Amino acid sequence: MACRTCLWLLGTTFFTCTVRLVVEGTEVGATQESISGIQIVTFKWHHVEAPYLIALWILVAGVSKMVVELNHSLTSVIPESALLIIIGWILGGIIYGADKMQTFTLTPTVFFFYLLPQVILDAGYFMPNKLFFSNMGAILVYAVIGTCWNAATVGLGLWGCWLGGAMGDIDIGLLQFLLFGSLIAAVDPVAVIAVFEEVHVNEVLFIMVFGESLLNDGVTVVLFNVFDAFVSLGGAEIDAVEIIKGIISFFVVAFGGSLVGIIFALLISLLTRCTKNIQIIEPGFIFILGYLSYLTAEMLSLSAILSIVFCGICCQKYINANMDERSVTTVRYVMKVLANGSETIIFVFLGISAIDPAVWVWNTGFILLTLLFIFVFRFIGVFLLTWILNKYRLVPLEFIDQVVMSYGGLRGAVAYGLVAMLDENKFKEKNLMVSTTLIVVYFTVMLQGITMKPLVTWLKVKRAAVTELTLAEKIQNRTFDHMLVAIEDISGQIGHNYMRDKWHNFEERWLCWFLMKPSARKSRDYIFNIFHQLNLKDAMSYVKEGERRGSLAFVRNETKADVDFNKKFRASFSEIMPDIMADNMGPDHEAEKGNDIVPSVCLDMHEQDLTMRESEDFNAHHLLQQHLYRGRKQHRHRYSRSHLETNRDENEVQEIFQRTMRSRLESFKSAKMGVAPAKKIQTKHQKKDKPQKVRGEGTFSPFLHVRPHSHPLIGNVMCMLCNVYVMLCHF
Amino acid sequence: MGSRASTLLREEEIEEIKKETGFSHSQITRLYSRFTSLDKGENGTLSREDFQRIPELAINPLGDRIINAFFPEGEDQVNFRGFMRTLAHFRPIEDNEKNKDPIASEPLNSRSNKLLFAFRLYDLDRDDKISRDELLQVLRMMVGVNISDEQLGSIADRTIQEADQNGDNSISFNEFIKVGNVYILYIDIDIDI
Repeated sequence: MACRTCLWLLGTTFFTCTVRLVVEGTEVGATQESISGIQIVTFKWHHVEAPYLIALWILVAGVSKMVVELNHSLTSVIPESALLIIIGWILGGIIYGADKMQTFTLTPTVFFFYLLPQVILDAGYFMPNKLFFSNMGAILVYAVIGTCWNAATVGLGLWGCWLGGAMGDIDIGLLQFLLFGSLIAAVDPVAVIAVFEEVHVNEVLFIMVFGESLLNDGVTVVLFNVFDAFVSLGGAEIDAVEIIKGIISFFVVAFGGSLVGIIFALLISLLTRCTKNIQIIEPGFIFILGYLSYLTAEMLSLSAILSIVFCGICCQKYINANMDERSVTTVRYVMKVLANGSETIIFVFLGISAIDPAVWVWNTGFILLTLLFIFVFRFIGVFLLTWILNKYRLVPLEFIDQVVMSYGGLRGAVAYGLVAMLDENKFKEKNLMVSTTLIVVYFTVMLQGITMKPLVTWLKVKRAAVTELTLAEKIQNRTFDHMLVAIEDISGQIGHNYMRDKWHNFEERWLCWFLMKPSARKSRDYIFNIFHQLNLKDAMSYVKEGERRGSLAFVRNETKADVDFNKKFRASFSEIMPDIMADNMGPDHEAEKGNDIVPSVCLDMHEQDLTMRESEDFNAHHLLQQHLYRGRKQHRHRYSRSHLETNRDENEVQEIFQRTMRSRLESFKSAKMGVAPAKKIQTKHQKKDKPQKVRGEGTFSPFLHVRPHSHPLIGNVMCMLCNVYVMLCHF
Repeated sequence: MGSRASTLLREEEIEEIKKETGFSHSQITRLYSRFTSLDKGENGTLSREDFQRIPELAINPLGDRIINAFFPEGEDQVNFRGFMRTLAHFRPIEDNEKNKDPIASEPLNSRSNKLLFAFRLYDLDRDDKISRDELLQVLRMMVGVNISDEQLGSIADRTIQEADQNGDNSISFNEFIKVGNVYILYIDIDIDI
């Protein structure tokens, strides 16, 4: 298997090189030949050259990914991105050897227009909105102030060292240093995701780093353009006016870009509202309009990344509600395919581009100092900003979080793309900068990527070992956690929420009316949705399990819920769903929509707990640690490039929900129907339910079709839920 | 819809609530709008079903118990006053309160009142003691299904062993206080505008 994959890889590369040689050969031949007769078959290379090479390279990248994924133990130590870069090196070496020059490199045009947009759109579309916006303040601080700090310190630091003679004799000036600083300062979204896939961190930390990497593009674009213009103008022309213009341009670029994105999000939502009759091409609109938002912002010299991010963020909700379920699945899957593919190509080409002696200029001082400065100043910047932020935050960021955030500031292809765009005539030392950027990218992606996980593990173990709680304390702590979460939910508060409530009201009244299909709107009755969604899953799984086991006897045993819902679901979810979900049910059916309420497990923590301690009461502590439900405050991992549903412990939610519903049902039953013997009530319901049940798969629909439009007595809803549950539990 | 008018909050009421709970004016109005949004029946009181309608509570292991904590003994409805009284336990402790009139009764959000709230989550029969059974019940709610009853029983026993000091095989409020003191200080929610 491994051999075959590698052979594939080598084969395709060799093919690419030989094709070029053959082409050159035939070129010479073709021009001299005159047509002597009809040719039955001709070799029309030039006819297909461009698309052929593109397709071939995509294939090569895909096969590289296959090679990388062969060995899972390897990918858990070395992040995928690093392995892809290594493969890029190998390929680059082969091609260079064949061609004596690097024919394929990552050009800025290809990168910025064809490879980056889908990655960012994917990030925006799958962004956990609630989390993102509730931490927006902190994210903005890191993105804007942090990036400016990084750019300034790196630029000035290098300039200072250059003045001090550490870099020898190079033709460069302060402005060029600042420009270099600004493009190397930005944390890269592609690289960050690639590394954080393996390292499971809590959701707040994750969204900070992720959000920062996306939003700092606004700053990077501005700084890059401003300093580029300054360099063109020459140092003498810079006065206060120009600097003020630079600052204003930041606001214009950032907000303008976001605005463009939001406008396109509105367009997409409106469009999907009207596409009931052409559901088959709905997904296409999303991608085209997303891409257009990127290009439009680029055209207006605004921040294209911000534009496409906000487009994705703002339209998620409405298009998921408006579009047909299959379209939604298509969009999600295609997004992942495109994003994954682009990311792979980007990293492979980053590797290939390095194998090109023409661009390599080595200057020990410059390179080493750059590496040092970006590392050190990132740490200083993050710690400083966090210290300031913690004064205003409800939940402070801890030390380990700050370390992970500083260490996780990876640079990637965006920096390379920017540096490749520099004009050689203005920047005499362009090659030096390119080389340095490449080295920085390799260093951060590979070294920091590889050592990130061990570092986190070490820190966590260190931290965990310090506090040894007694059982009672642990239980109490967890109780308090749950208590606090519950009170927050009851009071409708998580931190500063007044604005959010206002926004919610505005959104409910105006936006949903404007942007969502009427049918989608109706089924958005929240309570009904959540219960419906979870009930449906329950129902399906119970039935499936029952069918599988031949009888539903097991269901009556309420204390041992042995059904493994997860396994059942992944397989049969997509088949069953279309049947059960009658047309225009349109509720938020995807698992992702339960984002707000579905907790998940952090694999990291689990490992920690397992290796915790071997003491006398190890057993009890260990048991407790493993089985105590984690509250919302615990670790979750919500975004992944390669998986659609990530790390969500649905079991936990299922269990808690079932328990709660069962106990509520018990009390409800005894309250409403008097304390009648349980059996009697069941048969009564059974009789009622039997005829409807017989109708086959569509059974559940009639029940759940009854939508409480006008807030009837809650008793009715409870009654309905009663029925569903009773029917399920006592078939 | 005429009943709406009678459920609007009057100034005197706000003052009274302010005195009793220590919330500020804006916080009270803010929470009142939350109260009314939960009150689907629009009769000025919340029933258990109103709370149960909050989806996040359905997946909180202690959700139902906490809902119960809002309702005074044997009652099924809670008015705004009662609502605020319970929430007041979680108001952040401010510095200027420490110098308050010592004659006045202890503020609702004092540390011991917070602990009392938590204690009552365990102690259903209000006998001021957490018996093994009550502890078992709460543990069962907080733990997954893969842990057997015997294992849970032994954990409960261990816990009581650790916390119990007077040997009566149950945890009294004083013993409860002594466990994990530090953490309780962080149980505040920031009800802010």
